[in-house]
Amino acid sequence: MGIKGTTAAATLLAALAVLASACERNASEPSAPAATANEVNGLKTPAAFAAIEGDEERSAALFTELSKVMLHPRCANCHPREGGPTQGDDMHPHNPPAVRGFGMGAAGMECSSCHGPANVEFASMVGSIPGAEPWMLAPESMGWAGASPAELCAQIKDEDLNGGRTLDDLVFHNTEDHLVNWAWHPGEGRSPAPGDQETFGALTAAWAAAGGHCPAG
Amino acid sequence: MAVSLKINGENRALEVDGETPLLWVLRDDLRLTGTKFGCGIAQCGACTVHVNGQPRRACVTPVSTLEGADVMTIEGLEGPEADAVRAAWAEYDTPQCGYCQSGQIMTAAALLQRTPKPTDEDIDNALAGNICRCATYVRIRKAVKAAGERLEG
Repeated sequence: MGIKGTTAAATLLAALAVLASACERNASEPSAPAATANEVNGLKTPAAFAAIEGDEERSAALFTELSKVMLHPRCANCHPREGGPTQGDDMHPHNPPAVRGFGMGAAGMECSSCHGPANVEFASMVGSIPGAEPWMLAPESMGWAGASPAELCAQIKDEDLNGGRTLDDLVFHNTEDHLVNWAWHPGEGRSPAPGDQETFGALTAAWAAAGGHCPAG
Repeated sequence: MAVSLKINGENRALEVDGETPLLWVLRDDLRLTGTKFGCGIAQCGACTVHVNGQPRRACVTPVSTLEGADVMTIEGLEGPEADAVRAAWAEYDTPQCGYCQSGQIMTAAALLQRTPKPTDEDIDNALAGNICRCATYVRIRKAVKAAGERLEG
């Protein structure tokens, strides 16, 4: 017991020394950036793909990267292929049960019955209810939860499905839309999508500029 | 912060922390205790009111979002849908303990305003967010359907 205790104490002291050393270094050096030239919060920037010479190959690689955002639960939970919205990083069915209805929920239990124009932290416990204006499901034709990057790419390029959006429109949407922006500001208790909207928009722009090619299925 | 709004048809000028949920203001400040606290996280529907005609969970509605709004609670609910719901509720002895009923009725009235003759599926979808601890769901569905028929008649 004594030896074990001594060993444990020595280990703890060593760990504290390492921690203290790290803290001292942090105090005297600039704080570590969340982004590198090629990556922001887990999402690669277009620069990371610059070495790929062929437009088609580079474009497809760019799309695969940006699809990490679109297929992330913060986005895909409200882009269901069928049924109602899902919730959480495990994308379980929405609770309370919610249906698509007319796109904004059922008559009498619309999305806005609970979701307001902004996230709201609960007054009586930790957590929050997400919100943005207007809080709504994506159209059924833009349901892509569970899709592969290749399937997603073909889907969002199809103007019969995407609301008549051109590649330029998609770039603008991904770069500027405030509901898209919510994915990085999801409120207490939810993990944000990788990257940030600026990087997501830049990836979309680079993908479109390289021809808007899709990854292989 | 100062918030001016209408509650049950009456103009109210509130001086409250803007993050205060509407439910707190209704119950604690205005003593309109017909609207119930159930879960506080928009999971049970007991605190349902109407804001500008839209069902809304008062527990997750900061008063800062309500400047100029028209809020209706169970105390002020009126109109043909409300009358039909109240009559049907009595006809079917719908409540058991009654705690959830103001929320149920606010949602039912909103449903009937949108869909005067709802199907069982319409009713189930609309009231899916209103939990009844006594499980009076079958009576609630019957009463809402009867209210719709009463509206037609």
